[in-house]
Amino acid sequence: MILGRVVGTVVATRKDERLLGAKLLLVRTIDPRGKDEAGYTVAVDTVDAGVNERVLVVTGSSARMASGLKDSPVDAAIVGIVDAVEVTD
Amino acid sequence: MHLARVIGTVVATRKDEGLTGVKLLIVQPLTTDHAAVGKPLVALDSVGAGTGEDVFYVRGREAAFPFLPADVPADATIVGIVDHWYVEKTP
Repeated sequence: MILGRVVGTVVATRKDERLLGAKLLLVRTIDPRGKDEAGYTVAVDTVDAGVNERVLVVTGSSARMASGLKDSPVDAAIVGIVDAVEVTD
Repeated sequence: MHLARVIGTVVATRKDEGLTGVKLLIVQPLTTDHAAVGKPLVALDSVGAGTGEDVFYVRGREAAFPFLPADVPADATIVGIVDHWYVEKTP
């Protein structure tokens, strides 16, 4: 999983019918210390995350394992809201 | 599977119910010389690993397999703690 920070929302009217009702968020990839990294991901939100929150994003086919996304055409899902990160090195 | 060192932990209270009770660790991928390579990532723990330990982890859809039959949204899971590794030096 990657760490990210929610930076916005994505609105799409015409989309795959299995994405109907899905909340799409724009996520900036961050490193464990909170620094922005290059790249943005559009991810389906399954935990009611909001802008500026740090989140856990599961990518690839495993994203479909998140609740409510079975058989959805999804490769990135927000599955957790990060309370704290502790890095030692 | 990939070699890595556990360098930290992640705490998340609100999360997918499949992740309840699963430990989330930050791992730094390593070369065979124990040097860091690439970006750290968050991996689930299935073997009781801890910070500072060398581990190997599996990526992709297979990362959910250690937790079967539970449905866990996992794309990286630690599946072994490395005691040591040995690289044959070729002349």
